[in-house]
Order: sequence, then C-alpha cells, then structure tokens
Amino acid sequence: MKTYQQINEKIASGKAVVLTADEIIDYVDKKGLETAAEEVDVVTTATFGPMCSSGCFLNFGHSAPKIRMTEAWVEDVLVYTGIAAVDVYLGATQLRHGDPANMYPPGEFRYGGGHVIEDLVAGKTLQLFALSYGTDDYPRREIRTYFTIKDLNQAIMVNPRNCYQNYNVAINDSDRTIYTYMGALEPRRENASYCSAGQLSPLLNDPHYDTIGVGTRVWLAGAHGHVYAEGTQHAGACERTADGVPMEGAGTLALTADMKQMRPEFVRGVSFRGYGVSLAVGVGVPIPILNPGVLKRTCVRDRDIMAPVTDYSSDYPQKTGRVIAHVSYEQLRSGEIEIEGRKVTVGSLSSYYKALEIANLLADEVRRGDFLLAEPSAPLPKDRAMKPLEIREKAS
Amino acid sequence: MSDTVTKKLMLFFPKCECEKPIIYHLVKDYDLIVNVYRAKVTPEEEGYLVLDVTGTEDHINNGMDFLQTFNVTINTTGKGVTRDEQRCTHCGQCVSHCPTGALSIGDGATREVVYNEADCIECLACIRVCPFGACASAF
Repeated sequence: MKTYQQINEKIASGKAVVLTADEIIDYVDKKGLETAAEEVDVVTTATFGPMCSSGCFLNFGHSAPKIRMTEAWVEDVLVYTGIAAVDVYLGATQLRHGDPANMYPPGEFRYGGGHVIEDLVAGKTLQLFALSYGTDDYPRREIRTYFTIKDLNQAIMVNPRNCYQNYNVAINDSDRTIYTYMGALEPRRENASYCSAGQLSPLLNDPHYDTIGVGTRVWLAGAHGHVYAEGTQHAGACERTADGVPMEGAGTLALTADMKQMRPEFVRGVSFRGYGVSLAVGVGVPIPILNPGVLKRTCVRDRDIMAPVTDYSSDYPQKTGRVIAHVSYEQLRSGEIEIEGRKVTVGSLSSYYKALEIANLLADEVRRGDFLLAEPSAPLPKDRAMKPLEIREKAS
Repeated sequence: MSDTVTKKLMLFFPKCECEKPIIYHLVKDYDLIVNVYRAKVTPEEEGYLVLDVTGTEDHINNGMDFLQTFNVTINTTGKGVTRDEQRCTHCGQCVSHCPTGALSIGDGATREVVYNEADCIECLACIRVCPFGACASAF
C-alpha cells in the first residue's frame, strides 16, 4: 500500500519506478503482482485520436478604442462570442465560412476549427475579424488584425469529452459507401474502423475510476493540465466483462491545459470526407500504483478488451442499439476480424504509435521528477447511464 | 525474354510534347511492355504519366534515351503519390483502404505505418481517406 504523498516524494527525489501500460504487462508476469506492486510507483497510459468535443478559450486583450466582439472569425472560422468582450470560444468542428459542406457529397472539409487550433499551437500567424454593435464603453464596431498565440493573454484548451473508455467498431451493412466520423466505410462490410488505444488507453487501465478523478493531473499535448470534470456522455453504468472492463463507450474525461505549453505534433486538425472537421489530441494519464488491485487492472491486455461492432449505415443513425458482435482489440490489431463467418479488413483512427510515444514521454517526465501526481478532489460517477433525447410534442 | 526488369517511371510532359505518341514508340520501337498506372496528359497543358516499363536492361536504357530526346522529365525515384512523414500520425486508417498493401503496419510493437512506394498503384484511396492530409498526389 502506498499513498499519493509517498509516490510524489519518490518522484521528486528522482527515484520513482515508472513503466508504461504496455511494459507493465510483461513486468508483472515476470515479477508477480505483489512484488511488482511494491516496486512500481506509476504506470503511464496514453491515447491519441480525434476528439470532436474539443475547443479552446482565447483572450485577445483590448484594442484602442475597445470592442465588445459580438461576431468573430479566426481564419474565417466562426468563434463563439457570447461571453466577455474579448474572450472567444473556438470549437474543433466549426467549418470555415463558405465551406460547401456536403452540398456536393462527399464534402472534403479541408480546413476548420481543428485546423485553426493546430495552427495556433504551431505558432502560425492567424487573422482575427470581429464585428460589434458598439456601446458607450466599447465603441469600436469592427476589427481586423493578425496575431500568434504569443500575443494572446490566454489560450486554454478544453476537451469537454476526451479519453472515451472504449468505443464502437464501425462497419457498413448497406450497399453504398458511407462517410462517417469513423472514416469511409465501404459497402457490404468491406472494411471496419475502430478508435481506441486499447491496452494503453487511460480509462481501460482504471476501469472503475479508482485513481482517475476530478483533479487528476494529466499530460495534454505536452502541457500539464488536469481533469476538470467527468466528460460529457460519461456513463460508467454499462455492460462490462467479468473483469469489469467496459464493453462499450462508458466513461469519459473533461480535460483542460494551457495551449502555450503544448507541442504541435500532438494537436492536429483532421478532415473526415463527407463528415466534417475535428481535432486529434494526445493525452497521457499517470496511474499511481497505490495497491496490487490498482496494478492488476493496469495489466489489462488487448485480448481482454471487447469492442462492439456496430452498423453505421442504419443501426447507428437510427439508434436501434443493435450490436452485431464483440471483437477484441487483439483481433482488431491483427488487421482482420471475422464477423458472422466473413473476414473484414480493419483500419484504426486512434494512433497506437503516437499513444506509445506519449506514454514514454510522460514516463520520462515522471522519472525525471518533472511531473508530480495530483490526488483527485472528487471521484468520477460510477453508476450513471446514458440518457436519450426524447422528442416531445409540447411542453408538459 | 531473358533478364527482363521492370522500372516504375514518372514522366513530366511540358506543354509542347503532349501530342506526340511517345508511348507508342516505346512499345513498337523499343520492345517494352508498358503498364500505365495513371495519366493526365491534356493537349495545350502540361501532363504527367506514371507507368511501369518492362523489358531487357538494354531496351529500357534505349527507351529512356529516346525519351530524353524530347523535352520530357523522367523521374525514376519520386512517385506520383507521396506521404508526408510529418503529417502522418500512423493511425492506420489508410491501411484497410490500400488495395496493394503499399501502406501497411510495419512494426507490430510500435504499429508504425510504413509506405512502400514500389507497391503503390496510385489508386489515390489513401488521399481520400487520410484524416490528417498526409498523402498527396503530384498531379
């Protein structure tokens, strides 16, 4: 048994034993659970993938004379101004002004909010254009200027939903190609697409939220941030395997960190043909090995994690809830799964390569004593299920 | 045929060479088997042609010499489809769409996506499906 304080003291003295969620599996096999739990202080987990629920708050500072922005665009991408005078919220899935979207399907969606966020972190010069109705204290009616992230007072990323605990495997049962946020899906189950780091993924290594909670310090694209709330659509009450591993989406985390500290290679705009734009971000979450039980759950393997295969041509859009089959991440990573007796080639949206890189970068930071753990101030809810949206005829 | 080899070429045609039957001469006069992957040769505009030529070393060399007599740029290494290493995140989305396995998961441990240009038939599927815009076409 260890406490957060004891682990942090070891980290601060540069003596902490840190392994990635990938390495810990063989280590525990070799040393045994009890011995390993004594020796290992931290296991690092990570994921890198598209997370549509991403955005950032920017503060521009005041021009002379001042403006209270009521409509604003950064690189022609609309930002939300229904907050303080020169604060804006830039969302990852916002399209660029004039983008034809799916007018001539499938749309290309080459540039949008996610790309603006990428360019901002990369230090590029961006254009701000804003309008206002003008007030006595904020008389300016229009502004056009150019800025980089260094000119901003604050650039704070928020991911109201990140680190989905598990996720669907998408296939297409129809007879035409469909374009989704899971990528292009060829007709008649020609290909499948999944999106999880599997055995490296943060919440799959802490399935009951024993250590990851509100206040947990995380590595977000290279910056040190934290979990500020449960993520949107967090639903801990879900179908689980005998070992407690969720067999569907389940838990999520809401994350935030300072974009000025981020590394551009872990903040990347994405374009989904026929669907839209989004943002892929890299996240690393350290798990403190407080006891053998916590360690045991970080030893989860791809073969023990099951994902639901879902038809995105009908079942997903119509919300039927039908799951065609469950397949393991070991099967998914082999590049081919078998569904109802037929082989289907598999592609991924989540980058295991980048997730592994992040888990190692975070492990190095903890070993060097540069990344201390934070004890959660509140746990994530365990028993909440996902509610649907009812369509009502009238207000009752 | 003895000792035949296959070479993948990308030809760039400046505006003035587009209307000459260059491929015809490669087949007829230099005894080369030609397999065109992709072509964009429009009269009055510059054009590109990506193809395999198969034949003896001598025939290929003679054919290349013939091509050199025109104002055609021959690229034997660079291909029509490229991958930007900086933009690729190795997610693996392209792998299930690539019909020849030119894009594949190389190392099982790191799951790095490798691009073997020699196997690329320039179907352009990767360009359509890559969310990160890592794949691009020269034309």
